[in-house]
Amino acid sequence: MVDVPLGAAGVPPAEVEDVELYHPKSWLTHYVFSQDAKIIAVQYSVTALSIGLVALMLSWLMRLQLAFPGALSFIDADAYYQLITMHGMMMVVYVLTALFLGGFGNYLIPLMLGARDMVFPYANMLSFWFYLLAVVVLFASFAVPGGPTGAGWTLYPPQAITAGTPGLAWGIIMMLVSLMIFIVGFTMGGLNYVVTVLQGRTRGMTLMRMPLTVWGIFTASVMALLAFPALFVGCVMMLFDRLLGTSFFMPEIIEQGTRLPYGGGSPILFQHLFWFFGHPEVYIVALPAFGIVSDLISVHARRNIFGYRMMVWAIVAIGALSFVVWAHHMYVSGMNPYFGFFFATTTLIIAIPTAIKVYNWVLTLWRGDIHLTVPMLFALAFIVTFVNGGLTGLFLGNVVVDVPLSDTMFVVAHFHMVMGVAPILVIFGAIYHWYPKVTGRLLSVPLGQFHFWVTFLGAYLIFFPMHYLGLMGVPRRYYEMGEIAIYPQSAHDLNIFITVMALLVGAAQLAFVFNLIWSLRHGREAGGNPWRACSLEWQTPVTPPPHGNFGKELPIVYRWAYDYHVPGAPEDFIPQNQPPLAGEMASRTP
Amino acid sequence: MHVVLVLVLVAVGSVLFHFLSPWWWTPIASNWQYIDDTIIITFWITGVVFVAVLLFMAYCVWRFRHREGHQAAFEPENRRLESGLTIITGVGVAAMLAPGLFVWNHFITVPPDASAIEIVGQQWQWSFRLPGKDGKLGKTSVDSIADDNPLGLDKNDPDGRDDVVLQGEDLHLPIGKPIKVVLRSTDVLHDFYVPEFRAKMDILPGSSTYFWLTPTRTGTFDILCAELCGTGHPYMRGSVVVEEQVAYDAWLDGQQRRMLAQQDGTKGEVKAQQ
Amino acid sequence: MIIVVAFLAIVIGIAAWWLSTQRIMSKPWLEIGVIDEPPGARPLPTAKIGLGVFLAVAGVLFALSISAYSMRLQAADWWPLPVPRLLWFNTGLLILASAALEWTKAQSRHANLDAVRFGLISAGVLTLAFVIGQLVVWRELVGEGYFLASNPANAFFYLMTGLHGLHVLGGLVALARVTSRAFSADEVGGERGGLRLGLELCAIYWHFLLVVWLVLFALIAGWAGDFIEICRQALS
Repeated sequence: MVDVPLGAAGVPPAEVEDVELYHPKSWLTHYVFSQDAKIIAVQYSVTALSIGLVALMLSWLMRLQLAFPGALSFIDADAYYQLITMHGMMMVVYVLTALFLGGFGNYLIPLMLGARDMVFPYANMLSFWFYLLAVVVLFASFAVPGGPTGAGWTLYPPQAITAGTPGLAWGIIMMLVSLMIFIVGFTMGGLNYVVTVLQGRTRGMTLMRMPLTVWGIFTASVMALLAFPALFVGCVMMLFDRLLGTSFFMPEIIEQGTRLPYGGGSPILFQHLFWFFGHPEVYIVALPAFGIVSDLISVHARRNIFGYRMMVWAIVAIGALSFVVWAHHMYVSGMNPYFGFFFATTTLIIAIPTAIKVYNWVLTLWRGDIHLTVPMLFALAFIVTFVNGGLTGLFLGNVVVDVPLSDTMFVVAHFHMVMGVAPILVIFGAIYHWYPKVTGRLLSVPLGQFHFWVTFLGAYLIFFPMHYLGLMGVPRRYYEMGEIAIYPQSAHDLNIFITVMALLVGAAQLAFVFNLIWSLRHGREAGGNPWRACSLEWQTPVTPPPHGNFGKELPIVYRWAYDYHVPGAPEDFIPQNQPPLAGEMASRTP
Repeated sequence: MHVVLVLVLVAVGSVLFHFLSPWWWTPIASNWQYIDDTIIITFWITGVVFVAVLLFMAYCVWRFRHREGHQAAFEPENRRLESGLTIITGVGVAAMLAPGLFVWNHFITVPPDASAIEIVGQQWQWSFRLPGKDGKLGKTSVDSIADDNPLGLDKNDPDGRDDVVLQGEDLHLPIGKPIKVVLRSTDVLHDFYVPEFRAKMDILPGSSTYFWLTPTRTGTFDILCAELCGTGHPYMRGSVVVEEQVAYDAWLDGQQRRMLAQQDGTKGEVKAQQ
Repeated sequence: MIIVVAFLAIVIGIAAWWLSTQRIMSKPWLEIGVIDEPPGARPLPTAKIGLGVFLAVAGVLFALSISAYSMRLQAADWWPLPVPRLLWFNTGLLILASAALEWTKAQSRHANLDAVRFGLISAGVLTLAFVIGQLVVWRELVGEGYFLASNPANAFFYLMTGLHGLHVLGGLVALARVTSRAFSADEVGGERGGLRLGLELCAIYWHFLLVVWLVLFALIAGWAGDFIEICRQALS
């Protein structure tokens, strides 16, 4: 037993430093230049979801080209490479990172920790406006001469800044500048998320009482703060190479018959910098998803999350380990081949804490009281797609297995499954789960179920067979698969099937968008705590919570966030701010 | 309970797809059977885990679905179960990693009797260079590249005098002989990829990379580029012909005679100009 | 990349040490009731923590540039620049600025407002002189024909001094705000009062800038290159 003083009624209110709240004076400062983390969260989410829809449509065009090569006359090879580049960059950075950290982070961190707001609200507001500026610059590259860059989202030099790649004139510059603005903006937001967790927790909210959502977002924010500088340095250097003629990354090159003035630079150096950011980035997207899905499963299975401590340690371990695995993206890049031993080992080791998380999600279902609500459906689908994508990661992480599979459709299928479909399913689940807190109304269930089934099954049918195209030897980033002897006719048919599914899944998102808008007015009234959940965001006196989140006094936390079906408790959940019940301790002693 | 049904269907369907679908790797044509074997091991281990997790989930969703008065168990953790699962996972991971590292060591250790050939990637074509009778490739430099010297051979290097340069032609390789493939690019990144060989490697401008293989099956195979190298990336094709030693020698002989004839020709032109 | 990994190892070490003080092994489901955190659990003002986190981020940025520097250094086309004498003078200016802020901090504890004002102004002037000095160095080098694009050593010199200079300029904005507060205030204020806190933050940031500059200077002057070379030989 741990010696913990038992609180009684009449504990003085939390002695947390009160944040000086900025009180908006006009409509403009209330809803546009708002310093309220919840408004900023909505701004981030709406922007990111809109970009997500654009990026989804770009992927339709790509898929149409792959299924029916040349059928759409406006998609030539140049346009195709611009589409894949913009789709990838938008989804990874401007949608997933922004949505999980800027959207969910802003909304949930203060509410779940019992804080009034983020600790630096002004920087938080600036963070969003920098993000929006980055987005504007990114989209402006569609309008500049030559169009956006077609270098692929990895932006590998030298091809990113030499002839033969579309968007050489302006597109690549816009892309690099946009990323740099994004990183500066993110740093301001990230400082907020991290320091709020360190300093803003209400009384009694120890680290080990934080919901796993906060743990996931917190760790991911720390990682993002440490990883994004690598991309920043890479962008600055490439911009120098492109504009000022330096040779950071540029070796001696003959560009279509002309000897360029570059020399001595190392393309591998960029790859190291890029993946030093790029690999943690995968976990920056995954860890918040891990955290959120843990909470969704726990709430809707009405059972405490199984192995909470292991879950926390696993998140932290994954966060730390993810900084020493980056070169597993570079096994066949021509780097020193002996690195392969080290990076394959670290990569496969990271599978162990990840596997523990999967077991604990499944073990939370075991002996639970499972309510198959829409968020729960998405959480289950997340486990399926994440396990699938994670296991194919063991192929690609195991250095020699990666040799035949790297740069094939197998890789495309793998990362879409594990960091595309899986986190996006969590995002959907989370939106169905927290929408009632944000708006006070529930999303329509039949529409939600329709959205779920089409999205989940459709996405699985898109990406599962795609692995086998890669196994067969179809390289990624091909404008058309082409008539190569080893591809049977059936492979072309499979391509058409995948495209049809992609169109279907994409179209189903309209149901989701409609649901979001329609339910704003017509959804069922949710009340303060529709899912009967324990964590603090559901215990606000008013829903949707106003600026300042909690009433006059901040809540005091007496327990962890997972007290579901506690033996002897009057209800099937005990909120975190519920003082100890009579005789409660006795029933818990193991 | 269609969720349960779907979970089971996804598990069973994925396994059936794996075994029944017509899409599978091409028959191997090099000594890297080891790589295929490691993939098969990985498929078995990951496949078992995937099916087990899905079926267990399906069971849980069915068995512990919400019913009136149903009580969930309050069990915060179970150290024995968790450490047991961790150990099993560790064993599984080691079972995949160990053969992987073993084969990787093999992959990066070029046998001493391997003969070197050079493959040059340029936007968007493949060129090849084979050593002549001396078995050595001459030095090259980007600055020597000219219209009559597309690969930038150093004209003063005696090793390079008898090198056979192939542009826009098929590469021929003898069966059963280990070959060290030295890769070089004069513009951007490329990746020499023959699906039947399994082995592949990126090509970097400014430095050279390598891998090795022993062709084990005669035939003509497509060369693809597997690193986005600009608009022409998917059309950067070539062919490699693996043939018996006798046929290979005859082909090489022909190529050498062609090279000599070409060199004499250019010398003749130079003389004529003088 | 070893340098940045080593830097990150330090950051992660600090994080791990901090986590170990947070009862990370406890079983939260057994702990019902108010847990009053141990006294001194959050002794630092929020702004200071925020600055600390930011310094970690900026530190990674510089560690990465140094990593890139040490990788690029190995290429054959690397011709080190001469070290302009003025850089020594600039280094002295930055040391003085850092010291001035430390002195001002001490004065603020004695509630000596005039001394605080004097210290802030002199730190600002010294730092501004440093920035101008760096610009003069750039002009000198360009005048002697050491252009940005002519050699990777030059490129790294301009890139790293530029990155550092931008951080100094950012610091100057903060310093200007603190200075203006010092001139509008009637007294120095308490432990967590705006002025004293702002002053402390500036002092920390200036020490950080100084340390970064000394490391960069060592690199540029070539001592660090020798050191890296020794390490590499020791490793291989």
